Amino acid sequence: MDNTKKLEEFQAKIDADTKIEPKDWMPEDYRKHLQRQISQHAHSEVIGMQPEGNWISRAPSLRAKVVLLAKIQDEAGHGQYLYSAAETLGKSRDEFIEELQTEKAKYSSIFNYPTLTWADMGAVGWLVDGAAIVNQVSLQRTSYGPYSRAMVRICKEESFHQRQGYEIMAHMAKGTPEQKAMAQDALNRFWWPSIMMFGPHDSDSPNTGNAVKWRIKRETNDELRQKFIDKTVGQAEVIGLTIPDPDLKWNETRKSYDFGKMNWDEFWSVVNGNGPCNRQRLKHHIAAHKNGEWVRKAALAYAAKQKEIQNLKLEIRN
Amino acid sequence: MSNIKDSQGDVWEVFVQSKPGLPHKHAGSVHATDKEMALQNARDMYTRRNEGTCIWVVPLDAIVSSLPEDSGSFFDPSDDKAYRHPTHYVMPDGAKHI
Repeated sequence: MDNTKKLEEFQAKIDADTKIEPKDWMPEDYRKHLQRQISQHAHSEVIGMQPEGNWISRAPSLRAKVVLLAKIQDEAGHGQYLYSAAETLGKSRDEFIEELQTEKAKYSSIFNYPTLTWADMGAVGWLVDGAAIVNQVSLQRTSYGPYSRAMVRICKEESFHQRQGYEIMAHMAKGTPEQKAMAQDALNRFWWPSIMMFGPHDSDSPNTGNAVKWRIKRETNDELRQKFIDKTVGQAEVIGLTIPDPDLKWNETRKSYDFGKMNWDEFWSVVNGNGPCNRQRLKHHIAAHKNGEWVRKAALAYAAKQKEIQNLKLEIRN
Repeated sequence: MSNIKDSQGDVWEVFVQSKPGLPHKHAGSVHATDKEMALQNARDMYTRRNEGTCIWVVPLDAIVSSLPEDSGSFFDPSDDKAYRHPTHYVMPDGAKHI
């Protein structure tokens, strides 16, 4: 069968909402797009452990500490689910990690911001995980089977993350004036980077065309961003915090919030490596990976030895 | 798809039984260098919230799969045997519970 015919059949499957599975024929660009998107998603989960790891030893109570540990363990798990899905496209885990460490692959630039106070743990859970949930709920319907299944699993686990973050914010907003100010400051710093997590406007997003045609993405950046904002404004009001956008206003005809201009110069500057923590995040990842090298080597050596013993036993028996 | 060699051990596919009596269902995969590690990694990854009563781990290389491009001819033998379905048989009017 020639490629035009294969491509037609592929597109017909996509249009009929039949999921694509690892062994199915797929256009090379579809495979590449998914390898890039899923691995970046995986890298984001893994790098995302660092800003929160910063607060494990400083959590204000034992409850807060066990919750934070469980949440970070989940992020590690989510990274693993996603790497597993990405590997079904024919690239090894080592290659994906190398792409991250040599800056060929990106991760969500939100994690290049520092977490300065305990309230930041609230803001990250509430806003960053909240934005991720809106994106991931939509991706449950993505056309690639393994990615879709990983998203379903992740979404089930993620809502605890957002609720724990919102609980921290609510708690601090009800506290002393200093605590409330700390919560407001965290919201001020994380609001804009959070809504920029959805990526550039549809009109400036070069990857949207094919991604929508192939149903990798089911909704566009701007649609998802609007959903997130509409959900979050009311939550801020309930706990008495103010979203730092003077242009934020309910639009009765659109039944949605209008909001102010985002600072895309800052966004691109952070994406391109000049955020407050880019170098620190990568340096830490490389160091942790290097420190684990002896463990991987020992495990492989042990497995080889076990195999040898097994073979020896078989020989003796024969 | 076969195992791609890397420094992280082989890929093992994970199947989880969520309740006694239910079949094991594919959950995803883990990397491990031996079966004990595969089982422990699978537990940590796929059953953090009481999702399972039993886990199977299977080396990816041990799984034999039919190929999507052959599925037409491969499953063809079942196409013309409508008599394997209960709806093929004509029941007399008034017959109940059958």
